[in-house]
Amino acid sequence: MKTLALRLFFVLALPLLLVIAWWFASDSSTDVYWPPLRTILTTFPDVWTGERLRDDVLPSLLRLLAGYTAAAVVGVALGTVIGSYRRVRAVCEPVLEFLRAVPPPVLVPVIMLFAGIGDTMKIAVIASGCVWPILLNTVEGVRAVDSVMSETARSYGITGSARLRHVVLRSASPQIFAGLRQALSIGIILMVISEMFAASNGLGFTIVQFQRSFAIPDMWTGILLLGLLGFILSVLFRLLERRALGWYHGLRDTSRRSS
Amino acid sequence: MKAESALLGTAGFAGFLVLCEAVPRTGIVSDNYFPPVTRIADALVTELSDQAFWTALGDTLTGWALGLAIAVTAGILTGVLIAVTPYLREATASTIEFLRPIPSVALIPLAVLLYGTELQSVLLLVVYASFWQVLIQTLYGVQDVDPVADETARSYGLGTWARVRHVLWPTALPYIMTGVRLAAAVALILAVTAELVIGAPGLGRRIAVAQSSQAVPDMYALVVVTGVLGLLINVGARTVERRALAWHQSVRGEVAV
Amino acid sequence: MLDVRGLKKVYEGSGRRVEAVRDLTFTVDAGELVCLVGPSGCGKTTLLRCMGGLLTPTSGEVLLGGRPVTGPPPGMAFVFQEYGRSLFPWMRVRDNVELPLKQKKLSPSRRRELVADALESVGLTDAAGAYPWQLSGGMQQRVAIARALAYEPDVLLMDEPFAAVDAQTRADLEDLVRGLWQQRGITILFVTHDIDEAVYLGERVLILSTSPTVVQEQLKVDLPAERDQLHTRVAPRFAELRTHVYEQIQAAKRGRVPGGLEETKDVQDAQVVKADTPPTP
Repeated sequence: MKTLALRLFFVLALPLLLVIAWWFASDSSTDVYWPPLRTILTTFPDVWTGERLRDDVLPSLLRLLAGYTAAAVVGVALGTVIGSYRRVRAVCEPVLEFLRAVPPPVLVPVIMLFAGIGDTMKIAVIASGCVWPILLNTVEGVRAVDSVMSETARSYGITGSARLRHVVLRSASPQIFAGLRQALSIGIILMVISEMFAASNGLGFTIVQFQRSFAIPDMWTGILLLGLLGFILSVLFRLLERRALGWYHGLRDTSRRSS
Repeated sequence: MKAESALLGTAGFAGFLVLCEAVPRTGIVSDNYFPPVTRIADALVTELSDQAFWTALGDTLTGWALGLAIAVTAGILTGVLIAVTPYLREATASTIEFLRPIPSVALIPLAVLLYGTELQSVLLLVVYASFWQVLIQTLYGVQDVDPVADETARSYGLGTWARVRHVLWPTALPYIMTGVRLAAAVALILAVTAELVIGAPGLGRRIAVAQSSQAVPDMYALVVVTGVLGLLINVGARTVERRALAWHQSVRGEVAV
Repeated sequence: MLDVRGLKKVYEGSGRRVEAVRDLTFTVDAGELVCLVGPSGCGKTTLLRCMGGLLTPTSGEVLLGGRPVTGPPPGMAFVFQEYGRSLFPWMRVRDNVELPLKQKKLSPSRRRELVADALESVGLTDAAGAYPWQLSGGMQQRVAIARALAYEPDVLLMDEPFAAVDAQTRADLEDLVRGLWQQRGITILFVTHDIDEAVYLGERVLILSTSPTVVQEQLKVDLPAERDQLHTRVAPRFAELRTHVYEQIQAAKRGRVPGGLEETKDVQDAQVVKADTPPTP
C-alpha cells in the first residue's frame, strides 16, 4: 500500500508542480502571446466542440491512420523481401540509404505536384515518411534471424510461408515494432505539416488559422490538444506493443536477471 | 564478398538513375511532375553556381548545428543531473513520458508568433525535438551503470563528481553517442521543416519558393541536396559514434584486466 | 538404417581451404544408440549437420533407409546444443512441440495426442503452458527432446545436447535419453565431447580423429543394458572402456594415424574394429 502511494506520488508530483507554476506565473499575464493558463483551459471546450472534433480532428486522424497503415504494409512486405535475400539487399542498399536520408517534410511540395492538395496528398506524404523506419527496421530484423533457430526450422521441414509466418516475422517483430514506433512520431509530424502547408480542414490547418487570425488562446488550446493527441497515441501504441511482444519483454527480463 | 556487395550496390544505384531518366521520358509520368534525371542534374549545376544557394545552405547548416549543440548540451546535462540526484529519476519519469511524444510541429504557430522568420524559430523547433533524443538515450545509458561498480567507487570514497567521470560517463557514452546521432538526423528534419513551413531562410524556404514558382527541376535538385546533406550527416554521425566507441572499448578493455 | 559413405567436407572461403572432414564411413543399425566422440574441433558438428541434411557434403553420401539424404528428411529430428536459441521464445512449450507436426499434415487431435505423449515422457506435462525462457536450462532441453520425439522420427541426431547444462542435470538427462531409447526403440546418434557420457550411453562408440577427420576406431560397449549413474560408472569394465577411449583421443590429438593399434591386455575382450574394415552389420 505504501509503495503504491509512493509511486503515485512520483508520477503526479512534478507534473502537478509544473502545471501550478504555469498557472500562477501566467495568471496575471497581459502578454498577448502568453495568455493565463486559466483562460486557455476555459477556452478549450468552447473551441473544440463536438462539431469541430468531427470536422477537423477526425479527418486528421483518419488520414494519419490511412498513411500509417499503407506505410506499414508496404514497409513490412518490401522489408521482408529485401531482408531475406543478401543479393537483393546489396543492390537496394545505396538507393534506400539515399532516399531515407531525404527529410520527409521536403517531400510535401513534391507530392503536391502529383496529388494536388486533397486528402490523397496528405495520406501520400504521411505514408512516404512513415515507410522508411518501418522498411529499414524490417530489413534488419529479418536479416538477423538467429542461425540456430533457422537451422532448427529447416531441420523440421518448416519452409516457405510457414517459416515466414512462424519464424522470421515473429523473430523480427521486436525490431519491426521499433520501426513502427519511430514511424508513428514521424507520421504525426507529417500529418500536421501537410495540413499547415496546404489544406482546408484538419488539426494543423485549424491551429494555423488561429495563429494567423491572432486568436491566441484558441491557438494554445490547439497546441495542447496536439500534445494530448501525441501522448494518447503513444500510450495506445505502447499497450499494443506490450500485447504483441509480451514474450520478448519476458525473455529480456529473465536474461537480464540471470546475467 | 564486400567487393561483390559494393558492385551490386553500384549497379542498383545506376539502375535507379536509369529508371528516373526513363520513366518521365517515356511519358509514364508527366515530365512536368517528375523531370528526367538529366534535367534535374542540370538544375543542380545551376543551383551550385548560384550564390543564393550557398547562403541558403549556410543558413540551414547554422540552424542545424547551433540547435544540435544546444540540444546535446542540455540533454546530457539534464540526463546526468537526473542520474545523480536521488529520486529525481522517478519524479521526472511521468513528465518526460508525457512531454516526449508531443510533436515539435505543435510549436510552429508559437514560433511564428514569437520570432517570425528569424533564426530563433528554427532553433526553437530543432532544440525541442533533438533534446528529447539526447535525453532519452542519456537516461538509458545512465540506467545501464553497473550498481556494483558504483558501490565500489563510493566505498573508495569517490565523490559525486569523480563517480560521474569514472563510472557514469564511460558507461553512458555509447548511448549518448547514439542519442547524438539520432538528434543530428532529427535536427536536420526540423530545421528544413521550419524553413519550409515558416519561411525562415534556408534550403527549405528555397524549395518552397521553387515550388510556388513552378521551377520543378530546381525543386527536385534542392530535394536531392537535402538528401545528400542528410546522408552526409548520417554517415558522419555513425563514424563519430564508432570512433568514440573505439576509444571507449579500449578504455574498458584496459580496466577489465 | 543410416549409412555414411566416404563423407568429405571441405570449407572454402576467403582464400583458405579447410578440410574439416576427410573420409567418414560407418553405419548405424535400426534401434542402435551410437555415440560419437572426438577431440575438439574434429568436425563432429559438421558430420552431424551433413547427416541431417543441413549441410551438403563435398563428396560422399549419407543414406537413410537406403535413400540418399539431400535435405532435412522427415524421418530425422535434430536436438541442438543451444536450446535457448533453438526453441521459439514467442510460443509456449506445447506450441513449440506441436509446430513441426503441423508440417506433417496431421489432424489436430493426433497432434495434441503426440504433444501430450511427448511431454509426459520427458516429465514436463505441467510445464506445457509456460514459455521456454521461464524454464531452467535442463527443462528447456527436455522440451527440445520432446519436440523431437513428437515428430516420430526414425533417427534422432543429438549434437552435444547436454554440454550447456550443469552436471547433475546432465546425469538426469542422460538417463532420460537412455530410457526413451529403450522404450521407443528409436535410432539415436549422439555426439559428445564427454567421454564418460559416450561410454555410459552408447551401445557403440565411434572415436573420431582430429581434423581432417576420419573414423579412428569403433568400440563396442559391452556393458549391461540396464545402466545407472551410480553403479555403472564405478564398474571396472566402464573404467577400462573409458580409459581406452581416452587414450585413443589423446593419440588422435597427437596426430597418430589410425591403423597402428596396440591392443593392450585390458581391451582384449572388447571387439575393437579397425577403421579401414567396415563393420559387419
